[in-house]
Amino acid sequence: MNVSVNVNGQQREDDVEPRLLLVHYLRDVLGLTGTNVGCDTSSCGACSVHLDGEAVKSCTVLAVMADGRSVTTIEGLAPSADEMHPMQRAFQENHGLQCGFCTPGMVMAATSLLREIPDPTEQQVREGLEGNLCRCTGYHNIVQAVLAAAKSGGAQ
Amino acid sequence: MIPAPFEYVRATSIDEALGALAEHGDEAKLIAGGHSLLPLMKLRLATPSVLIDIGRIAELSYIREEGDEIRVGGLTRHHDVEHSPVLRAGCGLLSHVAGFVGDPQVRHRGTIGGSLAHGDPASDLPAAVVALGGSLVLRGPGGDRVVAAGDFFEGFLETALAPDEILAEVRVPKTPGAAWSYQKFVKRAQDWAIVGAAVVRNGHTGVALVNMGSTPIRATAVEAALASGASAAEAAAHADEGTSPSSDLNASEDYRRHLAHVLVRRGLEEAGA
Amino acid sequence: MAHARITSIDATDAAQAPGVVGVFTLADVGLPAVPGIILLNQDVKRAPLADDVVRFVGEPIVAIVTEERYQGEDAAELVFVDYEPLPVVVDPEQALKDEVVLHEVAGTNVVMRLGEPPDEHLFDGCDVVVTERIVNQRIGIAPLEVRSAAAAWDGERLTVWQATQMPQASRDAFQAMLGLEPGQVHLIAPDVGGGFGAKTGVSGEELVMAWLARHLDRPMRWLENRTENMLAMGHGRAQIQRVTIGGTRDGQLQAYRLEIIADSGAYAGFGGMLAFMTRMMAPGVYAIPKVESTSVSVVTNTTPTVAYRGAGRPEAAAAIERAIDLYAAEIGVDPVEVRRKNLVANDAFPYTNAAGTTYDSGDYQRALDLVVEAADYQALRAEQQRRRASNDVHQLGIGVAVYVEVTGGPYAGNEVAKIEITPDGGAKVYTGTSPHGQGHVTAWSMLASEELGIPMDRIEVIHGDTDLVPVGGGTAGSRSLQLGGAAVHQASLELVELARKRAAEELEANPDDIVLDKIDGRFHVAGTPAVGKTWAELAIVEPMTVESTFQAASSTFPFGAHIAVVDVDTETGKVTVERLIAVDDAGRILNPLIVEGQRHGGLAQGIAQALCEEIVYDEDGNLLTSNLADFTFISAAELPSFELVPMETPTTANPLGAKGIGESGTIGATPAVQNAVVDALSHLGIRHIDMPTTPQRVWGAIQGAVR
Repeated sequence: MNVSVNVNGQQREDDVEPRLLLVHYLRDVLGLTGTNVGCDTSSCGACSVHLDGEAVKSCTVLAVMADGRSVTTIEGLAPSADEMHPMQRAFQENHGLQCGFCTPGMVMAATSLLREIPDPTEQQVREGLEGNLCRCTGYHNIVQAVLAAAKSGGAQ
Repeated sequence: MIPAPFEYVRATSIDEALGALAEHGDEAKLIAGGHSLLPLMKLRLATPSVLIDIGRIAELSYIREEGDEIRVGGLTRHHDVEHSPVLRAGCGLLSHVAGFVGDPQVRHRGTIGGSLAHGDPASDLPAAVVALGGSLVLRGPGGDRVVAAGDFFEGFLETALAPDEILAEVRVPKTPGAAWSYQKFVKRAQDWAIVGAAVVRNGHTGVALVNMGSTPIRATAVEAALASGASAAEAAAHADEGTSPSSDLNASEDYRRHLAHVLVRRGLEEAGA
Repeated sequence: MAHARITSIDATDAAQAPGVVGVFTLADVGLPAVPGIILLNQDVKRAPLADDVVRFVGEPIVAIVTEERYQGEDAAELVFVDYEPLPVVVDPEQALKDEVVLHEVAGTNVVMRLGEPPDEHLFDGCDVVVTERIVNQRIGIAPLEVRSAAAAWDGERLTVWQATQMPQASRDAFQAMLGLEPGQVHLIAPDVGGGFGAKTGVSGEELVMAWLARHLDRPMRWLENRTENMLAMGHGRAQIQRVTIGGTRDGQLQAYRLEIIADSGAYAGFGGMLAFMTRMMAPGVYAIPKVESTSVSVVTNTTPTVAYRGAGRPEAAAAIERAIDLYAAEIGVDPVEVRRKNLVANDAFPYTNAAGTTYDSGDYQRALDLVVEAADYQALRAEQQRRRASNDVHQLGIGVAVYVEVTGGPYAGNEVAKIEITPDGGAKVYTGTSPHGQGHVTAWSMLASEELGIPMDRIEVIHGDTDLVPVGGGTAGSRSLQLGGAAVHQASLELVELARKRAAEELEANPDDIVLDKIDGRFHVAGTPAVGKTWAELAIVEPMTVESTFQAASSTFPFGAHIAVVDVDTETGKVTVERLIAVDDAGRILNPLIVEGQRHGGLAQGIAQALCEEIVYDEDGNLLTSNLADFTFISAAELPSFELVPMETPTTANPLGAKGIGESGTIGATPAVQNAVVDALSHLGIRHIDMPTTPQRVWGAIQGAVR
């Protein structure tokens, strides 16, 4: 089937199997390997991307469902090659990542969270990230990063 | 981790969807948000050979007041149900419960119709709709029929929705003055309820239970006790009557029965009983 | 099937499926046994694919090679294996009876036994003796990235990319098992998404894949899915313990016995060995005159156990800390006070515990004081009292744990570093460690920069590629800073010496008169800063490289004290962790941000074991918790922000004064939380609740007490 998807601002046209998961389309067809697969039950959120600006789990979306829509992956979040997105900068400054595997999904989920709750409490951040699992950080610095990003344009 | 192969059909209108369903019969499944069906397909527990994607049918995504009801299109996403000012004002329980479904990413995709049609007794919305005494509009080739929520859920993953029908609309009473509560008991925030209790009080009281049987269960004994003047605690003692909770990884039958008592009592108290 | 004889494998349909290149069984690949990190028992070998008997659900049986991944999942459904079921034994205590023996050659399920027969007089003279059976439950390790590997053969050499914590050891293992000569395998560890001890050694799946790359002469890759990872990567912990503790009525400990039944899983690998570490650390931070421990490791029809953050030491701390609380409850003395009375004294270091382990340095009293103060322990006890008096539905529990553990061990280790000055005056640091989130690039740059006077952004740290770093011990067991960092530090000093001599020649001065201006990165004669040579100027003459092996004087013993504050909803049994206050002392801190991050991660995993995570099998050996929906991997919503108290007690084991922080958080947090849950309900007479303290388990304990 043909799909036409706007990915990180670029229009892409590809012929894909209906069962191709969006995450595999992004990784294997488009070579955007920033988005990761961490589970097979839609539990971990490592695959989170923005579909029309809202965080979704790309392992639970078929590529064909993204036809005619826009997808932003972690690669497309930063305003330019020289400048990080405020959420990325907040993660860096607050040591919000260690191995980095969950991080793209966390950043995409957190950015979407701030668009909906611009000034969250710690509790709202923790609950807002309940669909994103991390084994390395214990979440402490991830939460700090999101709270810091809330004060520095992280919802962009 | 990968679904078995299937054919994919995108329906851009209800008629197209109904036509495709008729054409493919029980080889086909409707898919909207996909967050009930795709996880099953990825584990190959479901292997439909045709998926009919109705997710783009804009005319089925709406929330509007209609007399003493609020009517929600079947394709309205949980996120939109959760944040709807109309529902928050007029049927707070429904919007509140929608905010408990899965996690934020799930709520950006999953739809109320999809969740109800899936018929999982551990889901949040079925019990809410049953407690509210809502009704569901099922649209088929012959037109619409309206089924009371209490009659819609027939068994584990079995509903009154015929293979050639779409769950087009959910109707709930508009009750701005109602008090309500949703008690969802989980070990971990993103989990399905081990047991849940949805309570709404608007003159009379509606109580329905999550994961206490093969369908959401109306706690009629609780409601009757309340109607005859019982306190919240006294009424809640009846919470597990008529239920058949299972024993599984997360809880034994006895523990579920106990939780039902506690959650119903707390739900009633929070709703001012 | 958890235990069955394979009577036939029919892969004819699979072989014809779209995209299938080949289907391979053990007979087709003819590869030797896969020892894992160690082969614990010669009679219990594990073939890379199942031989004629499968011994756990998830044991790989057939390898299917396809052009694309999706095709493999389809083809796998077309492989039909016929089994003759054998009786299944999942419970280690049951396995001990040897009614169902998993490995015929061994003739028994016991794969390792340690310790002497118990001394029946051990507790003679004790006023009070308490004993309890404790389960340190099997846990899923669940790094966010599952296992994956790729291999390509160029006719002479095999390049292998593997998500591993130990690239050099893996290279050696691939070479040995594939019958290749030293130098024929080039192993690269790319970015690895978490390991926690489990991404060590070479698995059967990876070995077969590498073999296939040569056999088919095509680059190959393998990526498991999460269910396969939960079934087959390996599980952690899994000990059944009996603790017996005795002492005086006023709180003086006299004797302690720890008996361990360790579940090795279906084969005898590293997991079965971990009881060795547990025994080493059995007495913990306490000066107990008489200590005895024994262990027996048995195989069961379950996933093999492997190292998981702490690897044997959390089990020791969990046991002794529960025992202390049981003893404290029996004599009616506050658990903090009992601990205070029995801690190893500050002037006792280096201290050899009753198990024969020598702790390098410690100040357990101060750790306990600091955590008690930071937690405002008295206020917590007052709040607990208030809630008990008013019969509050929500009871407060305060749990204490004081722990010590061994890192960079069990015996003194070493690590290699090579530093090369580049023509532009920068530096390349080659390290034998293999970071996967621990920040070694930053930390080693800091160490080198500090000695060399070269800015951090001009220092490159290279790791994980065995052609570039042929010798190394990898990253595990919290070894990296105290061995790898010490090696970088040592190599830096040696390089400065080398440069000083060269500068002396060029400046025609005495080497003793040459100083390094670290701000400018310039060597000059003391007192004559105007005339000097920069690193770049020295390197242009002739390349400057130093390779140095650092040998530690001993392994090291980080320690700490944790207090957990929990809320127990007595109507439902639900436990909420409200606060976790931690003192973790791993010697001198190099980079506070990195250390805090390691502590946070460890605390979360430690809490998770006490609170909600467990691996569950049914009696037929089916894994019921085989994905992240059923395995309740802890999320941000279940955890508080942590309260960390800094403390540094240096070690003399290395010049950095550093011990390993990586596993400490895990070791203290688990018993702190478990003790807190029991403490919340102690007024009901409850003395013990096994982990995880799920709502049902806690509620069950309350029901039992009320009755």
